[in-house]
Amino acid sequence: MRKSLLHHRGLGLWALPLLALLAAMPPLLMALGMEFYISVLSRMLIFAIAASSLNLILGFGGMVSFGHAAFVGLGAYTVGILMDAGITSAWIAWPAAMLVSALAAALIGSVSLRTRGVYFIMITLAFAQMFYYLVISLKAYGGEDGLPLPARILKDDAQYYWLLLAITAAVMFALQRLINSPFGRLLQGSKENEQRMSAVGASVFAVQWQAFIIAGALAGLAGALLANMNGLVTPHMLHWSQSGQLMVMVIIGGAGGLYGGALGAGVLLLLEEVLAGYTLHWQMALGLLLLAVVLFAPQGLGGLLKRARHE
Amino acid sequence: MDWILVTEQALNGLQFGLMLFLLAAGLTLVFGIMDMINLAHGSLYMVGAYLMAAALQASGSFGLAVLASLAGTAAFGMLLEVSLLRRLYARDHLSQVLATFALILICNEGVRMIWGEQPVLLNTPAALSGPVELLPGLMYPAYRLLIIGVGLGVAALLYVLVTRTRVGMWVRAGASNRAMATAMGVNIRWLFTAVFGFGAALCALAGSLLGPLLAVQVGMGESILILAFVVIVIGGIGSIRGALVGSLLVGLVDTCSRTLLPATLRQLASPEVASNLGPALASILIYVLMAAVLFWKPQGLFPARG
Repeated sequence: MRKSLLHHRGLGLWALPLLALLAAMPPLLMALGMEFYISVLSRMLIFAIAASSLNLILGFGGMVSFGHAAFVGLGAYTVGILMDAGITSAWIAWPAAMLVSALAAALIGSVSLRTRGVYFIMITLAFAQMFYYLVISLKAYGGEDGLPLPARILKDDAQYYWLLLAITAAVMFALQRLINSPFGRLLQGSKENEQRMSAVGASVFAVQWQAFIIAGALAGLAGALLANMNGLVTPHMLHWSQSGQLMVMVIIGGAGGLYGGALGAGVLLLLEEVLAGYTLHWQMALGLLLLAVVLFAPQGLGGLLKRARHE
Repeated sequence: MDWILVTEQALNGLQFGLMLFLLAAGLTLVFGIMDMINLAHGSLYMVGAYLMAAALQASGSFGLAVLASLAGTAAFGMLLEVSLLRRLYARDHLSQVLATFALILICNEGVRMIWGEQPVLLNTPAALSGPVELLPGLMYPAYRLLIIGVGLGVAALLYVLVTRTRVGMWVRAGASNRAMATAMGVNIRWLFTAVFGFGAALCALAGSLLGPLLAVQVGMGESILILAFVVIVIGGIGSIRGALVGSLLVGLVDTCSRTLLPATLRQLASPEVASNLGPALASILIYVLMAAVLFWKPQGLFPARG
């Protein structure tokens, strides 16, 4: 049977060798004397979660949110503030981070989803800016300098990497299930044609709002993971340039591709790392590369791969 | 709180709002006519400020430097439009965001390579460095008065240009319905390039005038870009009138709340709370303003498209 156009096939069994390879990276890197790169990989995994959560609303839901870093930052600040209050257990702090970000997303979404197009982009940015200035004003929690975390979970880089790998794999699997579920179809349908979706009886607002909240919660999880890895929470995590970076990840990876966010996060962070090793002016090279992606790979790298497979 | 402080802050707000208008006017036209999100608009402002600093060092004349910066930045903007941005008009907003984000990186790094990381400090021209007594007891820097004058002049010029000339009519036609304007024989391609160059020159004007007040540094374009976007969204995309109203609103609210809000808070709450909360509230206020405008008028105050 031919599957619907809105069905997105995952890696299936191919995921196993990929996971095995990723799981084998820490001993491999240690054997090569490149331990430093374990934390680079960990960052990629965390941003894979954050970018994939943005991809859910941006790529599949057509909601171009320019304030996604706010949810990442709120998750991170929840962990930091709880730890400051003496609650160091990740079992409490990380779900709490997801909850806080989800609540913020529910609030922001309920107002922003009234607008469309460019106005939606700008109003999500406006809310993110409000949270950015709000955390700067939290003088008790470091204000502009940020808040160092007194304790970290799994201080060993390799162990933390494996934990991140497990969480990222679970998130990716859950997202794949979600996108191919009836809810996912409604979400993609709302992106393609809002009027038709409401004509067949779907509540476009409810679907988009729920997706926005789920994306916020996942971004909050990424923030909690990032806070624990860096041992520091800063207002910069909520800065609009961070939202921009997440958007760039999704676009270069391929918005609306199942692994677009993860692919983009990996590629962008790897490029930054590699280019920064070669030249002080790596941003120039990165900019030129991004321009090349826009001009020559309109569907992002994911689209490029898909095209190569079909030809 | 005395009236001198309030008047001074209102004038500062007017001055900042008018400079915002110079950026927002170009941005809203590019946005409205070409339906193009140009994140690199702030980079033109930065390039303008740097060109003016370089020209000032070379020539020593403030006026000449501003003119050189205007011409140079307009040429740079048109070059960008012809070589790159033109290819993006037909693409979706996401591609435009990515491409112009890349341009920000390239411009920032380019400026860093040429002029270095250190901020360039400019002096106000000697003739204008002193204060002027506007009213008995109210002293105001002459240079800021000049900025207000130039800003008002440009706003008036733009008004005449857009509402009273043939080119302005084309621009308005393009903003309200591009396809129809093309069908009626307007050469949109040429118009786009011209509008882009003009917008770049306005950016350069804002950059060179604000240069002596703020530090000329890498990244100066981004913070003001966000404000310019807030302005055009409040005003309604594509509307010059909206850009002017939005600019003055944002400029006044932002500037006044920065000084007057902490002062008001101090009377209501403890000094500690006021000093912590005041600056944050002031920064948040313009975003609250924008969210409120969009909540009640999702198309901005003066929608250009009917």
